[in-house]
Amino acid sequence: MYLLESIGTALIDWSRAQFALTACYHWLFVPLTLGLALIMALMETQYVRTGEAFWKDTARFWQKLFGINFAVGVATGLILEFEFGTNWSNYSWFVGDIFGAPLAIEGIVAFFMESTFIGVMFFGWDKVGRGFHLASTWLTGIGATLSAWWILVANSWMQHPVGMELNPLTVRSEMTDFFAVAFAPEAAMKFLHTVSSGWLTGAVFVVAVSSWFLLRGRNGRTALASMRIAAVTGLVSGLIVMGTGDQSGVNIAKGQPMKLAAAEGLRQGGPQAPFSIVPGIEVPGMLSMLATHDFNGYVPGIDNLLDGYTAPDGTEHLSAEEKMQRGKLAVQAFSKLRAMQGDSLATPEEQAVANKEYKENLPYFGYGFISDKEQLVPPVWLVYWSFRIMVGTGMALMLLFVLVAWFSRKKGNLAERRWLLHAGMWCLPLAYLGGQAGWIVAEVGRQPWAIQDLLPVNAAVSSLSPQAVQTTFFIFLALFTALLFVELRIMFKAIREHKAE
Amino acid sequence: MNFFKMYADGIRHMTWGRQLWLLVIIKLIIIFVVLRLCFFRPALAGLSDSERSETVGGTLTERAK
Repeated sequence: MYLLESIGTALIDWSRAQFALTACYHWLFVPLTLGLALIMALMETQYVRTGEAFWKDTARFWQKLFGINFAVGVATGLILEFEFGTNWSNYSWFVGDIFGAPLAIEGIVAFFMESTFIGVMFFGWDKVGRGFHLASTWLTGIGATLSAWWILVANSWMQHPVGMELNPLTVRSEMTDFFAVAFAPEAAMKFLHTVSSGWLTGAVFVVAVSSWFLLRGRNGRTALASMRIAAVTGLVSGLIVMGTGDQSGVNIAKGQPMKLAAAEGLRQGGPQAPFSIVPGIEVPGMLSMLATHDFNGYVPGIDNLLDGYTAPDGTEHLSAEEKMQRGKLAVQAFSKLRAMQGDSLATPEEQAVANKEYKENLPYFGYGFISDKEQLVPPVWLVYWSFRIMVGTGMALMLLFVLVAWFSRKKGNLAERRWLLHAGMWCLPLAYLGGQAGWIVAEVGRQPWAIQDLLPVNAAVSSLSPQAVQTTFFIFLALFTALLFVELRIMFKAIREHKAE
Repeated sequence: MNFFKMYADGIRHMTWGRQLWLLVIIKLIIIFVVLRLCFFRPALAGLSDSERSETVGGTLTERAK
């Protein structure tokens, strides 16, 4: 029962759009969960340390907002798993053994840990000891963060498939090294970058809500104390985001050079490659520095990657056409091995030849599904501008935290700096914009690959009618927009009604 | 500390929580009953593992042509 219908671009594009929509909406809730989990734990730590009831009330207020965000956001990620099975069934079968382990650990350990301690956190005030309650609050945040770890391990594996072998007989990626998958440097960097960006979002959220209180002359002590903690959290998180972003750039230059070239709109690369701030304004050598930590480092451009090039160390990099030819050989050998399965006429010598051809060309397996080399170039304008939005918003937020930290000193009169309070409020959408742009760089930048070099989206997608996918796209759009509306309504009401003093 | 009592008291005295639980339940019904059953039948559902391998392997071979 083969699925032989032709796979049109409409089906692929709608399937991608649907997955992107779901992931983008899911990512509206996750960073605030991660960020508020840290900040409310820090505030409760202050309460346990000082014994002041003020800190208890403050921690409880932010916990309430955490609870609203958690309730609205919980399970939105499950829809992504439905989409894997329905819209990306070839991909799901192909990766099953790799994704199974991290997602099972995520479900069993992290999610249950998070859900157990969240109950103690909300219902245990004055019923369990302070120390136990504080531990529950921290463990709620740690559970959420561990969930993120396993999800990001799975995501990172798609970008850097390691610790596996593709078995042509079962068509499954079989895990050969769990630790290589779970603790890949790319996964660690992605985890730190993503989680610290969530802390940053939480910090901006606290600054924004506190600014609103101060502008209305309400809850002044809560707002000022919260802003101090948020500014320090934001500054530390921002530094981690910058450091891990820098290392991620180096990893991408090695493993996904096309993504880097697209993010820079770099057609012709070379040594001393310039960094484009915006079109027409470049910093000479800076891209080489960011990608290789050397101003003279060689960075290939889009055309180099398509046409093939020789690196300064003499390494030959194949052209796209050569990779596509090798990919065809890999898929042919894959099919031969499958046909030989149970074929008593196939000699061991024939099997050995097919197996050798398969293994030699396996790194290019996915190129066997590419019919035109231009398909290997992601949408350059989208990746280019998303990268600039991500970096630009990150820098704006760092400036905000520096100013808030400076003026929240005793002599800073933060409550009277209305321009800064307005900026604090309006920076909240920037944090979300930057986070979404970051995911666009990561995910659109790796197109056409569902799994880097192994499975492009045109091979990964299920044979469905584009209209069916289009219908569910609009259902999701309506559902998620309604959820977002409900969240904002409940959240605004909780903030408006809060009276600390 | 009786944890069962703590949870029971917590649920009984919920204020904001009631609204949020209602929201969570409605959302889960939409996700698992409406979306999962009506729109998201796994494409390889009902097949044995060997049939799934055969289907995906055959599809990949065809799409590479």
